[in-house]
Amino acid sequence: MTTVVVFVEHAAGTPRRASLEALGAAGALGSHIVAVLCGQGAAEAAPQCGRYGVARVAVLSGGNWSPDAAAQGMAALVKEHKAVAFLASATSTGRDVAPRVAALLDSTLFSDCTALAKTGERLVVTRPWLAGKIEATLETSARVLCATLRRNVFPVRETGGTAEVAQGPALGPGKAVLEKTEAHAGAKLDVSEAPVVVSGGRGMKEPQHFALLEDLAAAFGNAAVGASRAVVDAGWRPHSEQVGQTGKTVSPQLYVAVGISGAIQHLAGMKTSKVIVAINKDPEAPIFKIADYGIVGDAFEIVPALARAVRKIKAQG
Amino acid sequence: MKIIACIKRVPTTDLQPRVAADGKSLDASGVQYMTSFYDEIAVEEALRQKEKHGGEVTVLTIGPADASKEVREALAKGADKGVILVDGAWGSRDPLATAKALAEKIRALGADLVLLGRVGTDRDNAAVGPMLATLLGWACVTDIVGLEINGTQGSARREADAGLETFAFALPAVLTCQKDLNEPRYAALKGIMAAKKKPLEESPCPASTSQVEVVKLALPPARKAGRIVGEGAAAVPALIDALRSEAKVL
Repeated sequence: MTTVVVFVEHAAGTPRRASLEALGAAGALGSHIVAVLCGQGAAEAAPQCGRYGVARVAVLSGGNWSPDAAAQGMAALVKEHKAVAFLASATSTGRDVAPRVAALLDSTLFSDCTALAKTGERLVVTRPWLAGKIEATLETSARVLCATLRRNVFPVRETGGTAEVAQGPALGPGKAVLEKTEAHAGAKLDVSEAPVVVSGGRGMKEPQHFALLEDLAAAFGNAAVGASRAVVDAGWRPHSEQVGQTGKTVSPQLYVAVGISGAIQHLAGMKTSKVIVAINKDPEAPIFKIADYGIVGDAFEIVPALARAVRKIKAQG
Repeated sequence: MKIIACIKRVPTTDLQPRVAADGKSLDASGVQYMTSFYDEIAVEEALRQKEKHGGEVTVLTIGPADASKEVREALAKGADKGVILVDGAWGSRDPLATAKALAEKIRALGADLVLLGRVGTDRDNAAVGPMLATLLGWACVTDIVGLEINGTQGSARREADAGLETFAFALPAVLTCQKDLNEPRYAALKGIMAAKKKPLEESPCPASTSQVEVVKLALPPARKAGRIVGEGAAAVPALIDALRSEAKVL
């Protein structure tokens, strides 16, 4: 059986859901999975990986987080296990570390993959080009396939079982070292990982009207607020919320576009959402062409009514 | 301080791409090009760091000989010289091959600071910056939204999922630039005139074998036609019903 090394991130002593999805993708290949964890709380999170099909866990210990030091440890682990693939979730940390691991292995990198399959002995990935306007199916001649995986795409596979936990190579001093983390205000979900995204565009008219969208997101409970480029450029919303070609590409279960006309650059970033709802004044807005459900009319009446209705359903459980 | 800003020519973001007849490449006819959005931010940051600390800014690209258009734009904004590693097959280089060619040239040129956009808006890999740093053995912070250089030490803030992370590093370093870092300037007429006299070196790009083999390219499947459930707040119950019983997402 071939071995796949998966970088598992964790928070508060538990593996992140995005990483469990990456384990699910590795498991679907029928691989022997070696998980690699780093940093504080890794020892606590490590044994939990067994439930998700991991056979072995290597815990890399070192000083403060450094992506270059971590990459050295991970690349050494890939070589030690003669792994055929190295996978990480396309989180901000995964995307920071994976290219470095790939370079150390003399492999190229496939970022933000939406499919990973095995045809015979070859691994084949699908990933977006041009922010999702093209789906590219690709193979590699590199000895190790290195890839990061889009969030909310690969199912988590809970298989049960226990993992053998071992200390991996000790990490050396890093060249770039984390000194400080300032968390976003509140326990905000990132648009690229939230199961529900409520996005606003220029049709919201004023920045303070985004309070309506924040309220709708709060009604869903598991939602993040997103934004079109126009409102980010106008300074109404931070760039971290921007969905589209020069922002983030998202694939939530439900995407609610409010007052967004649907420029091609925006559509590229959200077209793979499972269900799309559009609320817009203009019945000719291009967003309605790709939406599953649309309501034509005034967002300032529709959004609060929708928030009330969602709250009612959530209260019923 | 010797600063190098790496830029890439990419299709304009309004492109509606077409797959060529072979099913494995993109139809290049009628495609317009621009400097990748985030690379403009890298050029701007290079200019600002030079204005603060002195030194010179070199703009480096891999591309066809006519990528001089994008390089001249950066020279017009204030960069001192341009270098094009000429590669007719620039569009099909994989990130590792790109990083290797850049690393070789950067070693020859020498640099304290290398700035790139966080991602090229064509292949969307966001890999070349950290790969380049790894090959050079230099420090690298990705997705930066803030940068302070003090002598040979630097501090950069990066945008992460959970918030802002501050990293310390020593020069030389490779940094990839996120949107909130700065607001790129426009070239002034004087700059455009001056750019014409600035040195622009063209040298062949080291050959490379791509590790990426295209199996097929396709447009994403068209979404199934949706429907307008109604008008105004009165349509909310119909929407809720559809989300619960049809789409089953609520």
